[in-house]
Amino acid sequence: MSGDLLATDIEAYLDAHEQKDLLRFITCGSVDDGKSTLIGRLLYESKLIFDDQLAALEADSKVSGTQGGDLDLALLVDGLAAEREQGITIDVAYRFFTTDRRKFIVADTPGHEQYTRNMVTGASTADVAVILVDARKGLLTQTRRHSYLVSLLGIKTVVLAVNKMDAVGYDQSVAAAIDADYRQFASGIGLDDVTVIPISALRGDNIIETGPNLSWYDGPTLLEYLETVEPVGAATGGPMRMPVQWVTRPDPSFRGFAGQLVAGSVAPGDAVRVLPGGQTSLVERIVTADGDLDVAVAGQSVTLTLADEIDVSRGDVLAAAAEPPAVADQFETSLVWMSDQPMLPGRPYLLKIGTRTVGVSIAQPKYKINVNTMEHTAARTLELNEIGVCNLNLDRAVPFDPYEVNRDMGGFIIIDRLTDVTLAAGMIHFALRRADNVHWQSVEVHKEARAAQAHQKPCVVWFTGLSGSGKSTIANLLEKRLFADGRRTYLLDGDNVRHGLNKDLGFTEADRVENIRRVAEVSKLMVDAGLIVLVSFISPFRAERRMARALLEEGEFVEVYVDTPLEVAESRDPKGLYRKARRGELVNFTGIDSPYEPPEDPEIRVDTTTMTPDEAADRVLRVLRERAILPSAGG
Amino acid sequence: MRSVTDKRPLTHLQRLEAESIAIIREAAAEAERPVMLYSVGKDSAVMLHLAMKAFYPAPPPFPLLHVDTTWKFQEMYEFRDRITAELGVELIVHQNPECVELGINPFTHGSSVHTDMWKTQGLKQALDKHGFDVAFGGARRDEEKSRAKERVFSIRSASHQWDAKAQRPELWRLYNVRKSRGESIRVFPLSNWTELDVWQYIHQQQIPVVPLYLAAERPVVERNGTLIMVDDDRMPLEPGEVPVMKKVRFRTLGCYPLTGAIESDADELTLVIQEMLLTTTSERQGRVIDHDSAASMEKKKQEGYF
Repeated sequence: MSGDLLATDIEAYLDAHEQKDLLRFITCGSVDDGKSTLIGRLLYESKLIFDDQLAALEADSKVSGTQGGDLDLALLVDGLAAEREQGITIDVAYRFFTTDRRKFIVADTPGHEQYTRNMVTGASTADVAVILVDARKGLLTQTRRHSYLVSLLGIKTVVLAVNKMDAVGYDQSVAAAIDADYRQFASGIGLDDVTVIPISALRGDNIIETGPNLSWYDGPTLLEYLETVEPVGAATGGPMRMPVQWVTRPDPSFRGFAGQLVAGSVAPGDAVRVLPGGQTSLVERIVTADGDLDVAVAGQSVTLTLADEIDVSRGDVLAAAAEPPAVADQFETSLVWMSDQPMLPGRPYLLKIGTRTVGVSIAQPKYKINVNTMEHTAARTLELNEIGVCNLNLDRAVPFDPYEVNRDMGGFIIIDRLTDVTLAAGMIHFALRRADNVHWQSVEVHKEARAAQAHQKPCVVWFTGLSGSGKSTIANLLEKRLFADGRRTYLLDGDNVRHGLNKDLGFTEADRVENIRRVAEVSKLMVDAGLIVLVSFISPFRAERRMARALLEEGEFVEVYVDTPLEVAESRDPKGLYRKARRGELVNFTGIDSPYEPPEDPEIRVDTTTMTPDEAADRVLRVLRERAILPSAGG
Repeated sequence: MRSVTDKRPLTHLQRLEAESIAIIREAAAEAERPVMLYSVGKDSAVMLHLAMKAFYPAPPPFPLLHVDTTWKFQEMYEFRDRITAELGVELIVHQNPECVELGINPFTHGSSVHTDMWKTQGLKQALDKHGFDVAFGGARRDEEKSRAKERVFSIRSASHQWDAKAQRPELWRLYNVRKSRGESIRVFPLSNWTELDVWQYIHQQQIPVVPLYLAAERPVVERNGTLIMVDDDRMPLEPGEVPVMKKVRFRTLGCYPLTGAIESDADELTLVIQEMLLTTTSERQGRVIDHDSAASMEKKKQEGYF
């Protein structure tokens, strides 16, 4: 149809062909699997073989072909054969063909020797992988290796092309058995979107058309599949990300940030955040030479201008302000070593991620992975073509997303400082800690937003006092009233927290300090979550209570001193602890052999010798209202 | 053109364009002294167009370098000077002074000496003279089998040698643009374009190209089955050889005495594309194979330049 259009209406033909999209795929398999024949067949069938190539092919087929003088399509792509004889490194080759529906870029990777480095390189830009197996042999070690590398590089959509069906008499049961075997294996390594297509690249069966030999097959032919597949994960949705490549400053009035969007979309008016700095602004214009755009999507190269004069340089990432990438300087990663010189743990290298290059050192691998068996083995280093899981330590923090989420935000290369060669490629799993020099830049849903949703002012009500003073009783009553009032609360009780979060801590001075530090941090998080937090801890030292106060904002920390004289508390002794302590069965007991430092200036003091617990709870409630932490009664 | 509110996935030309622009920006950002090699042909036209887009509204932050042989078609010189003036880009023209002095030409010195001295040596001279460390070239991976595995960023030694073993793995959109003292890098922003993509893009973007790509009546002589245009009076005619007017066009452009014309009626861009596509398909049906030397010249150009 489009052939006719080509001859009769070239303008219409060109219009149609300009609308085609692009699919990049990688072919994996060795020469024995018929990979070259398959690619040759695709080039041939898409009519991209030029006159001189065809003439040469006809001649070559007669001389060195393996098809008895018939066209040997493998020779089309085995131009590398000559180079192989000359001992030049076999490498990834990129080939191009186009059909009426799509343009294709094929990463053609030889299946032997340098396979890991080459396959990983080819897979890094592929949306789909076509893995070949020989129908006579079924799944082989190399099939597993290829599949593992494909999944490592984040390709989720895989075609298993069961080739040489002609050699097994087009037997449906052969294809079915391989299909079942492969699906079981593939799901185990995270390849979920698997399509199995029986073909004969040599005879052309099921490449373009199914043909009579495979009449039992009712799925798409290989080319139909490639023309229509929407690869999983290739879609670049998610929040907007744009590593800044270049700052355009033609005159003092214009300052544009040029880069390629690697995720999401952007429109004028969108709030963006600059990482790792953290400043925010609004997108003013999306500038291109063809005029301003109303929206730009992942994959486009654009220039953005911002509403505010903020500091943005090459290497920064512009991101959706509400969902910015994390910023960190320590990561767990997968590393693929690609150099003859082995990795040296601790040596300073360079790391390039996005448009940013920083110093890095690599820790001794946690383990390396046997690509044939997927077994983990211990390793001190990584050699050429080895894959390992390693922690990295960067000398500056970088914005990132895990590789699994976004290849461009989570993939990096390691560069030698001395020779400038690329030593390795890597994929970020996760950050080991958040960088110290980076504020926890809260997102759009911040503390105030959460508090507003809960209709309350989050705070910590910190009860301190001796054991048996009545802290927990009062805190409990207070929480019940707040809860009945519709407040969102949480009660952190000393005994309960020591059963979980702090069960590793004893009662030494150091452990008591740590005990309070952890509780203070947890309280802070809960306040951030919008809660009214009631803390019931002896918390005997002023310094730690001051530390807890300092973690929070002005007015968020309400200290309640539950003032009960030691003799009163000891006479109550609800848990029998004072008796034990007096007998010497408990050491470091507050009030007995460990000091209690009463608050000097608490927000609230309740005297339990003159107040019942209910009155004490009322008193706290009243003060919270006075301090406008709670709305006044009836209000 | 893409509508400004379009949120659909990008077309193949949009993806190629975006990729090339990103490559050009990345190289320019990390280079100390970049330059764009400009051969006046269609690939150079596309590359220049992309460079203009990459830095808009600023001009490209690098000059163009034309390594001249003095034997290009007159129309190429006119086109080159007109376009660079219109776009306001800096153009450096380098002619190998040794060749000028010796009067190197394809007739008395042969095509390989001519090409090597003017172009290959001339390029090295120009890069060294100006201290360019990163040079953009318009080569594509689809041009020939051996280029299918060329990198986008291709590293050269201080003596401009290409060492297969020194080439770096290239993953994702991450390019290693670092180089040691004396090394330089050739950058090929059109690596993933095919000849058809180039023509489609020229058509879509209405990029000006040298009129020699379109069929017109031109004076030619036939030598060894190849039509050579008599572009000026420096061309020595054989005894009895008389230029005749034929409607011809050129598939690639180089030095006029070394560039074969093909007879054609395609006097519009769309017709050139149509002819190119139909020729390929009809040739597969067994037509007489036209071994036009233009194709081999394209290869020579690449060997010479890269």
